[in-house]
Amino acid sequence: MAIWFTRSKNIAHYLNLKRYVGVSAGIVLLNHTSLNSSLQSSTIPLSRDNRRTPPAATCFGSSATLFSLRRFESTEAEKRLYDYEDEYQALDFPGGKVAFTSEMQFISESAEKRVPCYRVLDDHGQLVMGSSFEQVSKEAAVKMYGNMVTLQIMDTIFYEAQRQGRISFYVTSLGEEAINIASAAALTADDIILPQYREPGILLWRGFTLQEFANQCFGNEADYGKGRQMPIHYGSRKHNFFTISSPIATQLPQAVGAAYSLKMDKKDACVVTYFGDGGSSEGDFHASLNFAAVMEAPVIFICRNNGWAISTPILEQFRSDGVVVKGQAYGIRSIRVDGNDALAVYSAVHTAREMAISEQRPILVEALTYRVGHHSTSDDSTKYRPADEIEYWKMARNPVNRFRKWVEKNGWWSDKDESELRSNVRKQVEVGKLFICLLNPFSSGQLSKFSLTCYTSMQLLQAIQVAEKMEKPPLVDLFTDVYDLPPSNLLEQERLLKETIKRHPQDYPSDVPV
Amino acid sequence: MASSLRRYGRRAVSMCRTRKPAFSTSCDDTSLLPQSGTSINLFSAINQALHIALETDSRAYVFGEDVSFGGVFRCTTGLADRFGKHRVFNTPLCEQGIVGFGVGLAAMGNRAIAEIQFADYIYPAFDQIVNEAAKFRYRSGNQFNCGGLTIRAPYGAVGHGGHYHSQSPEAFFCHVPGIKVVIPRSPQQAKGLLLSCIRDSNPIVFFEPKWLYRLAVEEVPEHDYMLPLSEAEVIREGSDITLVGWGAQLSIMEEACLDAEKDGISCELIDLKTLIPWDKETVEASVRKTGRLLISHEAPVTGGFGAEISASIVERCFLRLEAPVARICGLDTPFPLVFETFYLPTKNKILDAIKSTVNY
Repeated sequence: MAIWFTRSKNIAHYLNLKRYVGVSAGIVLLNHTSLNSSLQSSTIPLSRDNRRTPPAATCFGSSATLFSLRRFESTEAEKRLYDYEDEYQALDFPGGKVAFTSEMQFISESAEKRVPCYRVLDDHGQLVMGSSFEQVSKEAAVKMYGNMVTLQIMDTIFYEAQRQGRISFYVTSLGEEAINIASAAALTADDIILPQYREPGILLWRGFTLQEFANQCFGNEADYGKGRQMPIHYGSRKHNFFTISSPIATQLPQAVGAAYSLKMDKKDACVVTYFGDGGSSEGDFHASLNFAAVMEAPVIFICRNNGWAISTPILEQFRSDGVVVKGQAYGIRSIRVDGNDALAVYSAVHTAREMAISEQRPILVEALTYRVGHHSTSDDSTKYRPADEIEYWKMARNPVNRFRKWVEKNGWWSDKDESELRSNVRKQVEVGKLFICLLNPFSSGQLSKFSLTCYTSMQLLQAIQVAEKMEKPPLVDLFTDVYDLPPSNLLEQERLLKETIKRHPQDYPSDVPV
Repeated sequence: MASSLRRYGRRAVSMCRTRKPAFSTSCDDTSLLPQSGTSINLFSAINQALHIALETDSRAYVFGEDVSFGGVFRCTTGLADRFGKHRVFNTPLCEQGIVGFGVGLAAMGNRAIAEIQFADYIYPAFDQIVNEAAKFRYRSGNQFNCGGLTIRAPYGAVGHGGHYHSQSPEAFFCHVPGIKVVIPRSPQQAKGLLLSCIRDSNPIVFFEPKWLYRLAVEEVPEHDYMLPLSEAEVIREGSDITLVGWGAQLSIMEEACLDAEKDGISCELIDLKTLIPWDKETVEASVRKTGRLLISHEAPVTGGFGAEISASIVERCFLRLEAPVARICGLDTPFPLVFETFYLPTKNKILDAIKSTVNY
């Protein structure tokens, strides 16, 4: 172990500036924002300059000198310390060189300021002056908006279907449409998704049809999951969307393993995995971030911090500054973004993806948002939070409206000819036929929220009707896929069960073919 | 077989152990006749299997705590040097991470061979094994699977392991549809079974009897061979009573069988090998012949896997049975240190039970 001492004032001063300021524990309140600045020294331009996100290659050569100078200027406490002329020594320990100090100082439990939140659009959908973001084409923006509206409608109708007893369970993503759609839009079809359960918008973006959603919710014979799981536990291999499971955060370490595979195969793709504020308390979260950093896995961890884990608010979930600060604890580059700002989410995820793939490293994205809906159809959130709080977020902080305003301002969206469309739709409904293809707003070119809403609603109602009438998967699917081939005990059990069914057919549902 | 046992006896005495472990494979299976075999111990046999697995599949990976330098039991010696640090690597100290990572790696079509340092530490990974790995194929409607996952863990008594280096947790996993549980009894068995497990299309937990890592030595063919899963093996034929066991316990049972023979009792000994899905047919056929069954395992008797075997055989062979099914197992206590010999199902406990069952 090399231990060396700096006794001369000049050398000490030089060394302080050049190397040790950042890692010294001699500051009472370690300024987390400036620590973040050092990591985000490449991303600082995003919020301050007028230019677009610079290409990855030029971004991240953070200079230690630059970093330390910035810190050196930032607080009074630091200035005083250098005047003291403390003796600085550098010590080699396993894990690297570290400066140490004879002043006993604890790092504060929290930074002076919370990590700032990246946003590009204000609450009225106006671009913030001097903001930096990834440009989105008209086609993409319209598709994003359309998907966000479709997601809202899908959630509303499926929720109602559960209330009517037609499906057993449902989980909405109300309030999180921007996270769902904008993050999906920033990825490619080759990126592997390991979701939690509040991200159906990603499937929607990738082309999962309303009929496919309905099939899973009804667990019918067309359900890819073969009717084995509760509603909303979607999975689709062709869309690179791993099947949802109920346990929280279990997908996170799996995402690291999947990303390692992509890394070994040198694929131009990454893994993107989602979880909520509650999920960040699970052991699997900590395991996975640590593994991802050590394995240098190309995985993006997206936290939907929506303020609630069922009835548990943030203050009862953790006492850190959200989830974003935990990234640094594991050596992971992180960003906090306004989850209700679709443009910001799109930009952050797009950049995160570039970083993850080109640098082969994990990225943590914390998207702040609000869970407008109840946790699920088994929950009534008015029992633990005020109804006016829900209403406020639903109306005043609605991500869909906010994005629409921006799209409208670009002239990509209009409500023209709405009355004509309204009467068209009314006629169709009165006649009792659903000329869905004629109404297709994308092909008719007359895009309006109203027509989109009607079109989607009717498609969805039809999908539900079709899904409801369909038979369930056959009984044999109770026994297949437990293993690749059914073992003898399952063959025996299937045989015995069939005999039982013959004796007592009334005990069994008639829509499952035996 | 007898000469190798004698060799172990001497070795056991010189090590002042009360147990005489180590076992050898029966010669019934001709596929195992060594084309070019060398005398190696269990950890070397495991090591050979891993070398072959990585050599024959470029998408096979070995990972876990301390595997890079060779592992705490030397099972992974030479792998990192030969196949590189991207295919054989240490993980952080986190079992739930190791298995979760393995599930994801396997789900992408790779052979993920995860090591848990001691079976006693497998519990943090229980959620990933039970809720994720075991259900991965089923819940996805066969769109996805993690069949390439194999989890290896040393298990069982070692003479001085105490609570946390001696456990036999197989029963917890035998209750989980969707995974397989495999336990080898000897070096030759271990190599063939491990290769089968790695190449099987289902997630498998492979428990290795740590007592036998050094002490069991036998001729092991050097070539690439596989042994079938879910097939029990009659390793000693007899007519008066059937004994069923797995792993290191079989060598104890074998000694009891030899002693029983001196008293004119002919014992049939079966190695179950795969605990789930287990080969009921072979055990049933044997009990139909003998009319008596004795099961022995180190794990505590209550809720141990012996209970499942007993219940299933009673269902199938009730009228044939001449006596109740006997279970000679560990006590219902945490695995003790000083009291290890009292806790374990020893040869004489088994011998007493053989006699009382035969004389029922």
